[in-house]
Amino acid sequence: MDRLARIFRAESGQVLASLVYFSRDLQLAEDALQDACEQASNKWPVQGIPVNTSAWLHLVAKRKLIDKLRQQHSQQNQYKLQLIEDSLYMQPDTMAETDYDVPDERLRLIFTCCHPALNEAAQVALTLRTLCGLDVREIARAYLTSEVAIGQRITRAKKKIRDAGISYEIPHSEQLKIRLPSVLKVIYLIYNESYSAYEGQSLTRHDLANEAIRLSLLMVKLIPNAEVFGLAALMLFHDARRSSRSSVDEPYIPLELQNRALWDQELIEQANHFMQLALQCKQRGPYQIQAAISALHAKATSWEATDWRQIQLLYMSLLQLLPSPVIELNLAIAKANGGQLKQAYTDVLALNDELHLYQPYHAACGELESRLQLPEKAYCSITKAINLSKNSIERDFLITKRRLLIEKG
Amino acid sequence: MQFLALIYAGEDQDDVDVETLIGQYQVFEGQLEAAGIMLGGNALEAVSTATSVRVRNGQSELTDGPFAETKEQLGGYYLMECKDLDEALEWAAKIPSARYGTIEVRPVMVFEQ
Repeated sequence: MDRLARIFRAESGQVLASLVYFSRDLQLAEDALQDACEQASNKWPVQGIPVNTSAWLHLVAKRKLIDKLRQQHSQQNQYKLQLIEDSLYMQPDTMAETDYDVPDERLRLIFTCCHPALNEAAQVALTLRTLCGLDVREIARAYLTSEVAIGQRITRAKKKIRDAGISYEIPHSEQLKIRLPSVLKVIYLIYNESYSAYEGQSLTRHDLANEAIRLSLLMVKLIPNAEVFGLAALMLFHDARRSSRSSVDEPYIPLELQNRALWDQELIEQANHFMQLALQCKQRGPYQIQAAISALHAKATSWEATDWRQIQLLYMSLLQLLPSPVIELNLAIAKANGGQLKQAYTDVLALNDELHLYQPYHAACGELESRLQLPEKAYCSITKAINLSKNSIERDFLITKRRLLIEKG
Repeated sequence: MQFLALIYAGEDQDDVDVETLIGQYQVFEGQLEAAGIMLGGNALEAVSTATSVRVRNGQSELTDGPFAETKEQLGGYYLMECKDLDEALEWAAKIPSARYGTIEVRPVMVFEQ
């Protein structure tokens, strides 16, 4: 990405949120921002990049918005115009960040983009487009969908926001409880998509991970809530392991075999900090518990030295909040790693009805059967996992595992 | 903005006492009116009273029963004046039947001049 594109990407969420705040019209705001970026692309290479690019974009985009509102000749726009003009008395180079970056404006926009009246795919695409500044082509590439499909998804979502009367407001405290989970879910979906692609060659798409973390840190600044801290901690713990999850020869390295020296201690420290803040809120929540599990992995000096007993307790506590067979599977794996191999295998077999179409289920069965010296069963389970795998990297990893099993047997 | 709250619920709710429910609706409507939200609203007779009509090739076709056979039936509606969807959803959540049925909230279309 060239320098200008990077600047636009970094600033666009803030600028757009501010334009939406004034215009209450997402499309008009996007058009105004687009015009401002075009003007910058023409001027900056000739006149030099301004000292304060953010303030420059804010001011120019607001002027473009004024032009667009005037063109609409609507009575309603008079009030909006007055508001914007009042905010325009400053020169970009003398502006302080607090003069133009009103975090509330971005918070408003993220609640709008993640409104439960929109479907999940639309929430994700709209958030990436408006708050992260990704263009339709980039989103389409990340989700392995066509640009046309993403474009339509975003257009429909914007139409629904307008027609259904979805507001650009931060929900008040009572509503916040109902609305916050969908915002956190969208951020976590964006993050997860970044490192476990269903189809496609690259297992890690750093851009999406970075954007999800950026959004999460914004939420931390604005809503100091246990689950907000929990999600930030969870993603940072995962992210600390980024460079150990693959190598030149091995595109996928499971936690068990990762080189722990490669884990980013600075990120782990940051994650621990958010974990502490979450704990101080004294309010249990699923993100916080998952972060606590990640914290135990981050703390362990080796796979063997991991506190599996504590991890089991955390999975049990997670199960109370979110009953799900996938979490039961994780609990069983933690039991096996903690030494209760036979009990774990019995638990896993009991989940077959619910999870027989879930690839990691058969991979876990295979692993336990191999440890229990049942090589034929292990071979069958890993073959089932291979057949259910939709990702070539995962598939190759499992095929290697199966080959090793035969060699060993 | 105007919003229509469509109330869908099963008609034979054994666990719902009609007297209590009517009382709850009276309280709710009182709140709705006091807040200046209520533009109108009615309960409908049971779905067994429904007749559906459609005209095909110039001929009216009548069928007994509702447009769609579903477990939960349209039983009433409120027309509300709200500042945005969130406010409409908040009021919809207070409709007594929301606790066992479903309230569908739809904005009323505004035609540009």
